[in-house]
Parts: sequence; structure tokens; C-alpha cells
Amino acid sequence: MSGSPYAPHTDAETAAMLETIGVESEESLFDIPEAVAFDGEFGIDARTERGIRDECARMFARNDDATEFLGRGHYSHYVPSVVDHLSDRAEFLTSYTQYQPEISQGFLQALFEYQSMLVELTGLPIANCSMYDAATALSEAATLADRVRSTTGDVVLVPGHLREGKRAVLENYCAGADLTVEAYSMDDGIADVDALADRVGDDVVMVYAENPTLRGCIEENLDAIGEVADDNDALFTLGSDVVALSVLEEPASAGVDVVVGEAGALGLPTSYGMGLGVFACREEHLRQVPGRLVGASEDAEGDRAFTLTLQTREQHIRKERATSNICTNQAWVALRAAIHAAWLGPDGLVDLANDCVRDAAALADRIDDLSGAAAPVHDRHHFREFTVRTDQPAAAVADDLEETGFLVHVVGEHLLQVCVTDHNAGRADDLVAAFGEVI
Amino acid sequence: MIHDQADYTREDESVHEPLLSEKGEETVDVREESPLPDDLTREELTLPAPSEPEIARHYTRLSQMNWAIDSGPYPLGSCTMKYNPKFTEDVAADPNAAVHPDRPDRAVQGNLELQYRLQEFLADVGGMDAVTLQPPAGAAGELTGILIAKAYHEHHGNDRSEVVIPASAHGTNFATAATAGYDVVELPSGEDGRVDLEALEAAVGDDTAALMLTNPNTVGLFERDITEIAEVVHDAGGLLYYDGANLNALLGRGRPGDMGFDVMHYNVHKTFATPHGGGGPGAGPVGVTEELAEFLPSPRVRGTNGEKGYERFEPAESIGKVHGFEGNWLVLIKTYAYIARLGDEGLADAAAKAVLNANYLAERIDLEVPYGPFHHEFAATAGERDAADVAKRMLDFGVHPPTTKWPEMVPEAMLTEPTEIEGQSSLDDLAEAFDLAYADVDEALETAPNRTAAARIDQVGAARNPRLSWQALEED
Repeated sequence: MSGSPYAPHTDAETAAMLETIGVESEESLFDIPEAVAFDGEFGIDARTERGIRDECARMFARNDDATEFLGRGHYSHYVPSVVDHLSDRAEFLTSYTQYQPEISQGFLQALFEYQSMLVELTGLPIANCSMYDAATALSEAATLADRVRSTTGDVVLVPGHLREGKRAVLENYCAGADLTVEAYSMDDGIADVDALADRVGDDVVMVYAENPTLRGCIEENLDAIGEVADDNDALFTLGSDVVALSVLEEPASAGVDVVVGEAGALGLPTSYGMGLGVFACREEHLRQVPGRLVGASEDAEGDRAFTLTLQTREQHIRKERATSNICTNQAWVALRAAIHAAWLGPDGLVDLANDCVRDAAALADRIDDLSGAAAPVHDRHHFREFTVRTDQPAAAVADDLEETGFLVHVVGEHLLQVCVTDHNAGRADDLVAAFGEVI
Repeated sequence: MIHDQADYTREDESVHEPLLSEKGEETVDVREESPLPDDLTREELTLPAPSEPEIARHYTRLSQMNWAIDSGPYPLGSCTMKYNPKFTEDVAADPNAAVHPDRPDRAVQGNLELQYRLQEFLADVGGMDAVTLQPPAGAAGELTGILIAKAYHEHHGNDRSEVVIPASAHGTNFATAATAGYDVVELPSGEDGRVDLEALEAAVGDDTAALMLTNPNTVGLFERDITEIAEVVHDAGGLLYYDGANLNALLGRGRPGDMGFDVMHYNVHKTFATPHGGGGPGAGPVGVTEELAEFLPSPRVRGTNGEKGYERFEPAESIGKVHGFEGNWLVLIKTYAYIARLGDEGLADAAAKAVLNANYLAERIDLEVPYGPFHHEFAATAGERDAADVAKRMLDFGVHPPTTKWPEMVPEAMLTEPTEIEGQSSLDDLAEAFDLAYADVDEALETAPNRTAAARIDQVGAARNPRLSWQALEED
């Protein structure tokens, strides 16, 4: 093969086009000095479509065939076929950001509907049409806190149980805004509100909590955390996900100012950590929101129409004074999450979320019945996941489980974490049996 | 040339397609069913509850009101809207690749191998020594690159506070530098549209952490003085950052690493044809020279000599993370498949045809193009006409218009990037759309478009009275 299979030019066309331009060759169109020109030899051999499909299938087959009981921020629920088939329509998949709204009404309306679903789930009136993932959404909440809070402080308070990777991302965004990240302690899997209250002061711009927490515990003190934050003029940011939000306490009624987290729990299968960042907030912060917003308007014929709006917040207009540098986001994943949510409807969403509570409790009970293991470690209600205390070293137990085809998290010397959803619940019996054998 | 685009509006309705909420919502009493105590739950949840057939029709109808690269030409300058090869979707849909990121290395060898190979591909294409795949978009790649530059300077005990950026650069460059905590020094464009060496020398100094440069720049011009530019920046102790938005013009003919760039990002949803999905997900891998490799985000992937094959590791002075996990994995798979499909010759041909197409189209249109010689894109000027109006009128002729009114160095700019995927006849249609719109009467321009699902949309009204949800519409 020579040339790109996706460039349609015949030799005759190329010659005719060169003649129109008035040059001899394609090479003469390049204005690259000899000293920095490249000879084109990367050493990458072109393959056929079939060859690449085989090559990649062989590579991916090298991933162990294991059943994952893994979560800790990346969750998998069954994604109905309708999501793939509709979101894969080329009109959606191969479109760009909606700079010409008159021929982008379809995607704009889908994103407007996605925003509306998040408004219902969070109780907050503003939701953007996506951030990259939960970690970057949290980071943008911190820089928003820095812009909107009048306190002179520079501290962002986060839970003692926070995914290490999430904290690492947060610290990168905080460094540029001269913010520092500090953890408050946990009390049996949820926030230690007394310790938090003792710590909060003028120097704190944001208090961050998660519901459920990293350990899978349902937070019992949201209102109290909100009061502590509010009393100290700190922004209260909550991390959650769209399935959990379907049943857990509505963030707005607990005094939450900003909701961040994952919407990829809907619409995305397990995908090696790919996400869909939620960002929702109160009306007063509208003009400080990062990312794209879709609004309703009218067209010249008086019909309702949708458009990207409040773009003066954004980098292509405001440059270094923009609310964020984000432009490309996760719009297509938001479309998928919205289709998935529509397919479930409120009944289906609530059922799915209730199963996350019941299945976690049931699985924890069964593991707890085994000698050599105690679960759940925290005396709390759990959502999807919980921790297990093992008499033997946790890493050894996890290795043995892996040998039998099951993957769980190791989170401490004698601590495992197990996540159960509709994705793997059908294998829960087998996991319990495997646990019984290895401990 | 007039072209109807999905104008199916019913005349007795004032909407193009009802909202899901208007098709019927249901309210669920959450506490009735919940296994949780009431104080931990919400009272109720109200959301649309459409049937699956209704969902299929709703989203199909929405898709019919949406222009895409599979619909026709999409020559948005600086956006590189290429055809997205279908087979890459199938490669990425492999269920064996759909694994959790917390798997131990030994249980995820297949993913690690693809990551490793893609790192190598990208390093080769950019002339870089080491690559991270973690940044989930171009702007995230920029931030990663600038944080690496910052870490490098701090590691060497240098306190530098400024990033220098040409006025013609993408807005993200400025926002990125600010996000990383730098002051921005804006470099005015030279008379020929390129970097003015004297102005650069005046702008660069002891405080310069980096110069962020797009090459070819945002009107398609190659910075011919790149060697001198690199010298000026490096002599001052700064680093040279390459914005990869326009890399499609250089494939196989020039590599940032050979030009003196120290750090760069790749926009895989531009250069390597992964679908843009109406605004993302993309991916913005970052490449660096050997000297900067130890600052890359964690984890990176390397080969091992043992039987394990591949492993993740944390670079010695890593900046940490820029995404919660491994970035936009599905997009990265498609990137690998695209690069492997094209190979050396295909990549070089993509650049050649992209540049040929831009030059041919510019030759064919009546609008003036003030700067040259340009490569994969050009900024035509609408002159006395309003570029945004000309663009709206182009919609009636069956094409997507170019990027308008940017960059500002060209008055009433129409920044046009046809990419390599258009053939001669398609470019002729595009040229005709340009010329018809450009020559049309004022009234036609001001009232356009007329053949699209929605007529001209009131953007000012949308911003003045923000209604960002169906709940807000119901309150109205």
C-alpha cells in the first residue's frame, strides 16, 4: 500500500490539482527548511484492517480472563444495547463541538437533556455538559472555590480516605492556584465531623466529602459537614456518582454547593478508568463554571432551539482569564449516559441503586460467615463495595483469589475491598466459594 | 447548490423535537423501596421514563438534526475533522480490553502492551524520547506539558514565572499557562504572520519558563526560523513547547523533536482520526525529550526482560497524575489502530494530501488569503462581509463552514482546514459554497441559514437569560 487509504485522490486528480495551484509536486508545497526536515522513516509498517484487528485481538487476549470485583472509583453496570446502537450513529460520533448550532441541534438537545438529568439528581440548578472524569472535576471545583470564596485561605480539605490518584490530580491543579490539599480524619469509614469542625477555619476555601466514601460507606453526616463548611464560608463540594445519587440524600438539600463525580457509571462499560466527570453547582456560581454549557433559546422563526452559551467564560474568548482551559470534554460519553438513564427511567435507576445496597450487604454477610474474614469492616451502610478484614495477609489472599480467577482490591495489610454490581453479581456465589478456599 | 438539511419541523409546533421530559416523566417514591433509613435517602426521583422504541426514535431524530464528518465537508480550521475509520470502533470494542485499571500488571498484559506500543509510535512520530498517554484531551496535554516544564525548572532550582505565547495561539495555551500558575507574556505576530525574532528576544528572559508554539501556526505558516527560535528560548534557559493541534501538516516531513522542541502534546482526535464525538472524548498524549522523561505523569509503561512482559512504573520525579486513571483508553486504542493502518507512507501521504487540499481550495475560492505559503489550513478573509454571516449562509449550500473570526490577525477570518479526506469534486463543491455565500446579497447573509433544522439562533438571548435545563424551561 502506498498513501493513506482515507485520501480519495487519484493520480490524475492530484496532477490536476497541482496544476491548478501552479506547482510541480506535493513536496514543493511544504515550506520546511532542510535543516529540520524529516525523511519520513518512522519505521511503522502499514497493516491491513484485518491484520490490525487480529493483532489487537491477540494483544487483548493476553489480559487474564478474570472476574473483577473491583471498584474504588471506576464502576461497571450493564450497558443496554440501545446505548451502543444509538450513540454509534455517525451523526453523533463523528461530529465536532457545536460551533454552528443550526446544524447541531441534535447533539445540543441531547446534552441539554443530560444537564437536566443531573439537575434532577443533584438538586442543583446548573450542570455542565461534562468534565474529563471525577478527579479533574474535583480539581476544577477547587479552583472555582478559590475564585468565589472571599476567605483569604488556601486550604482544600479532603477525606482521609481519598483515592490516591484523585488526590494527585487535585494537587496538580491546586499548585497553580497556590492551594494546598489537606486530609481530615475518618470515623469508621465516614467523615469524622468533630475532627473536621476542629480543623476548619478561615484558611479553608473548600471542604470536600464523598458519598459513598472510597470505602463504599454511605456518608451519614452530610448535613453536618455542610453546616461546618457554611459556618466557615468554605465551599462544600460533594463527590458521588449518578447511580448513587438516584437514591442517596439529595446534595442540594444537604447544603452542597458543588457536586462532582462520575456519570460514567452509566453509559460506559468497564473501560480501564475512562470516565465522565460531573460538574453541578448553585446558580450564584454560574459565571464561574468550567466547561461547556448548553442553553435554550429561540431561532429566527420563534422555535425553541439550543446553543452553547455563556462562552465568555471559556478559553477561546477569555484566554488566560478563562474559568478553565478545558475545551474537548466527554460529550459523547454524556450522550451515552443520558440514553442509559432514559432507558432505565427513574424506576430502573432506583432499582439499580437499591441493588447496589442490598447486594453489597448480602455479599459482605456471606464473606463474614467464613472463618478468617470479617466484613464489612465498617459498621455502616454500604453502596456497591465494602472492605474485608482478613486474618491472613490481604495481599496473599488476593493473590490466591487471582489464581482462582477473581480480582479484588488490596487496601491494607489485612484489608481487602470488594465491589459488587449487576456486572458481576452473578459470580458472587463463586467468589464466596473461592474466598472460603483461600482463607 | 441549495441543500436541505433535516428540516422536518412540524409547522404546528414550535419545537424541532420534544424533550424527553415532555414525552412523559415519572416520579418514584425512593423511601418506599429503599433498604436504607430515610435520613440517608432522597424522598423521590422524577425523570423521563420513555419506552425503548421511543428512545430509539428520539435519538434517531436528534441525530438527523446533526452535521457530522460522515454527512459532508467539515473544514473547521484547527480542528482537523478527518474521516474516522470504522474498523477502529470494532478494535476498541473488544471485550477483552474492557478491564479495570486497578488490575495488577500481570493480569493486564494486553492493555500494557498496546500502551507501550502506542507510546513508541507517538515518540517516533514526534521525534520525542518518552511519551505519556494519560492526558484525556489536548488542553489536558498542554497542562501536563507545562507542569512538566515547571517541575523541571523547580528541580534545577530555577524560579521562573512566565510563559511566552504568540498572540495567534489557541486560547487553551493562555488558559493552560494560567492554570499552571504562570503569568502570560503575549508575543505580537510579525508582519509575515510568524514569530518576530526581535520581539521574541525582547520577550524572553530569566523569567521565561517556556515558549508555547504551534507549528505550522494557526494560519498554516511554518515557523521558518524555528532553529533560531529554539536557540533564543534555550539560551535564556527556557523550554520549547509544541502545541500538536497542527501536527497533521507535518506527518513524515518534520518532527517537533528535530526542531528543538522539548515537550509536546498530540491531539489524537485531530491528527490520528479518532472520532470527536460532538465535543469529546479525545486524548492528548505528551511527548518529551530524555531530559524531561523523569517528570512524566505516573504511571508509565515499559517492557521488562522477565517473563512478565510489560509493567507500570513511576518516573523518578513524576509530576503525579493528570487523570484519575489511565486516560481515555478507548480513544487510545483507536489511535493505535489508525497509526498502524497508515504506516510511514500513509502518514506522510495524509500530510501531503491535507496540504494539497488546502492549497487547491484556497486557489479555487474568490476570497483573499493574506498569509502564505500555508500548509494544511489557511485563513481567508471575508473582507467587508461579516465572516460569521458568510458562514451561516454556507450552511444552506450543504457544507459546514470554517472557523470564523479567528485568528484575529486576519480581519473577518475564515480559517479553513479541509484535511486530506476530501477529493477534488468535494473541494469544488466547498469552493462553490464559499463563493456563493461570499457574493450573496446582505439580506440573504443576515437571514441565513434557511435550510437547516433550526433557523438563525439567538445567541445573545441565550446568554442573557440562561435556561440550562428542562426544569428551567418549565419555570419560565
